Amino acid sequence: MTDTAPPQTDTGKRSLFQTLEIDSRLLGMIGAFVVLALAFNFVTDGRFLTPRNIFNLSIQTVSVAIMATGMVFVIVMRHIDLSVGALLAFTSATMGVMQVSVLPQTLGLGIGNPLIAPIAIATGLAVGTLVGAFNGWLIGYQRIPAFIVTLGGLLIWRNFGWYESSGQTLGPLDATVLQFGGIDGTLGETMSWVIGALAAAGAVWALWRARANKVLHDFTVKPVWAEVALASIIITAIMGFVWLLNSYQMPAARLRRVFAARGEIMPEGFSAGYGLPISVLVLIVVAVVMTVVARRTRLGRYIFAAGGNPDAAELSGINTRLLTVKVFALMGFLCALSAVVAQARQTYHTNDIGTLDELRVIAAAVIGGTALAGGIGTIYGAILGAVIMQSLQSGMAMVGVDAPFQNIVVGMVLVLAVWIDIQYRKRMGEKI
Amino acid sequence: MSAPLVELRDISIAFGGIKAVDHVTVDLYPGEVVGLLGHNGAGKSTLIKCLSGAYQADAGEIFINGEKVEIKNPRDARALNIETIYQTLALADNLDAASNLFLGRELVTAAGFVNDAAMESETRKIMGRLNPNFRKFKDPVKALSGGQRQSVAIARAVYFNAKILIMDEPTAALGPHETQMVAELIQELKAQGLGIFLIEHDIHNVMKLCDRASVMKNGRLVGTVNVDEVTDEDILGMIILGKSPEPAQSERTQ
Repeated sequence: MTDTAPPQTDTGKRSLFQTLEIDSRLLGMIGAFVVLALAFNFVTDGRFLTPRNIFNLSIQTVSVAIMATGMVFVIVMRHIDLSVGALLAFTSATMGVMQVSVLPQTLGLGIGNPLIAPIAIATGLAVGTLVGAFNGWLIGYQRIPAFIVTLGGLLIWRNFGWYESSGQTLGPLDATVLQFGGIDGTLGETMSWVIGALAAAGAVWALWRARANKVLHDFTVKPVWAEVALASIIITAIMGFVWLLNSYQMPAARLRRVFAARGEIMPEGFSAGYGLPISVLVLIVVAVVMTVVARRTRLGRYIFAAGGNPDAAELSGINTRLLTVKVFALMGFLCALSAVVAQARQTYHTNDIGTLDELRVIAAAVIGGTALAGGIGTIYGAILGAVIMQSLQSGMAMVGVDAPFQNIVVGMVLVLAVWIDIQYRKRMGEKI
Repeated sequence: MSAPLVELRDISIAFGGIKAVDHVTVDLYPGEVVGLLGHNGAGKSTLIKCLSGAYQADAGEIFINGEKVEIKNPRDARALNIETIYQTLALADNLDAASNLFLGRELVTAAGFVNDAAMESETRKIMGRLNPNFRKFKDPVKALSGGQRQSVAIARAVYFNAKILIMDEPTAALGPHETQMVAELIQELKAQGLGIFLIEHDIHNVMKLCDRASVMKNGRLVGTVNVDEVTDEDILGMIILGKSPEPAQSERTQ
């Protein structure tokens, strides 16, 4: 105990990425995605990386990606949720019934009342949260394995929805709700730039705060050039994404209708980009909030602690049963939020909405590096996982790959991704 | 003599008809180390888990400084300044040292977010005292050696100003140098006036570290002795045969 205290910094050579403190796993995933996108772009003669296709990819990914962020917490806690697709259908049916019959007719608000969307969505979110909490109670307090509870839920909830909607397709949905669907709800060019600028400013502020906090406690910080480089990459990525979405031009016929509706005539040569879809904005907000919850709140810390060692969490005074209820309630809330996006995207509620989503959601989380053994997973990973899966599927569809073969490829990619992850962890483990 | 720091009085617990702990009474005074000995399955860990809040006794009472207390869960125990270092270390392998040290008692910012930098700073301070060689502050604790993990577990108990410390075989997984480190630490904490329950298999450690030893066998208390009034053989006899040495030597028990 007499040794002199060593300096706090690690010495020796540091690679560029270590200096930037970028997660090498994240880099690997982005790399894989870039290769995939370029390959599809080559095979489709440049049709894959067009603003139009990127716009479509974005809005197709949202529903699964929102649920995948919740699935990260569920899997980190060593549980699983097989009922997310069914719960999406149940909450979608609930919101559909509210919009089509309960609110306008039974309660007499009338079609097109501005209160319909908020009430219907709030009801859906409440129902989703309650069902999730109930699942969590069965798992946490009654000690029924999550696999069984949610396998039951997979059969139960979709069919609750079936009775709710009498098995019918529900539509037309409320115009405000439809805004969450994608193409019919975009922010336009100016608003998209504003949001992009705010997001970039927020990211820079977060970087600066993190650095200031480290300085406050006398920790070593990254060199300034590394901070600047990182900030530049983030700003470029955000603004590049906005620029791409703004470049997707609305068809002239559609614009003429917009002007006609306002009683004006479209000026010659007028053009407008779609900009950021509201559904994508919802996903971004969910991603930021969930990342903050995971990294900067006690709730998130306890979720990861309970996943790493449930006994340790319990002995540290963490109420792991209540924690299970909270995690599944959050999952249920996100299913309902996905249901808003999903039903708005197809413009009506159907009984088969969200079918097989549980598998897509779990696959997205797992491809994104969430370990089924628990304790490990990231929100951005799950979203990237969802994007990669959707890209694979759309890309193959564009190339004209048979549907059965598409499934074979997606299945193989899932297994391969986990295998690569295991090899990666082994490497990192050996180094330590 | 003033009231003991801790008294576990007439504690019993049964698991599915098997009496794991059967009417056991032990006590602990400030600045004292009491060893709990016995074969595997003798009931030592089960008994002590009543104090740490992991189990609740079926019968019996717990007194802290002469006052009867209810310990329903680990949170209650922590509120009474009872800290436990478990045999299994009870660390979340996927989290770093600071997150483990503060688990369940995180430092937060004014806005209520966990303050990792502040926690790491505090962890560096206490580690500088307990184990100056420790520097894997950024790695998850699964990357640490047994001794390093042990220092995280000990730091967690010490940091929060424990008055009563429970150590369940703290040196079981350690090498000689680290065992020595733990022994020094126990002496230091004892000097600060903490009361320590030490569950230990190694008779040599018991004779060296403990003031008194309570021996259990098959869930029952064989007896409590002052360590400097008995020999290794006396204690071994208690553990193996369940036989108390002459009663004159255990006048401090009730």
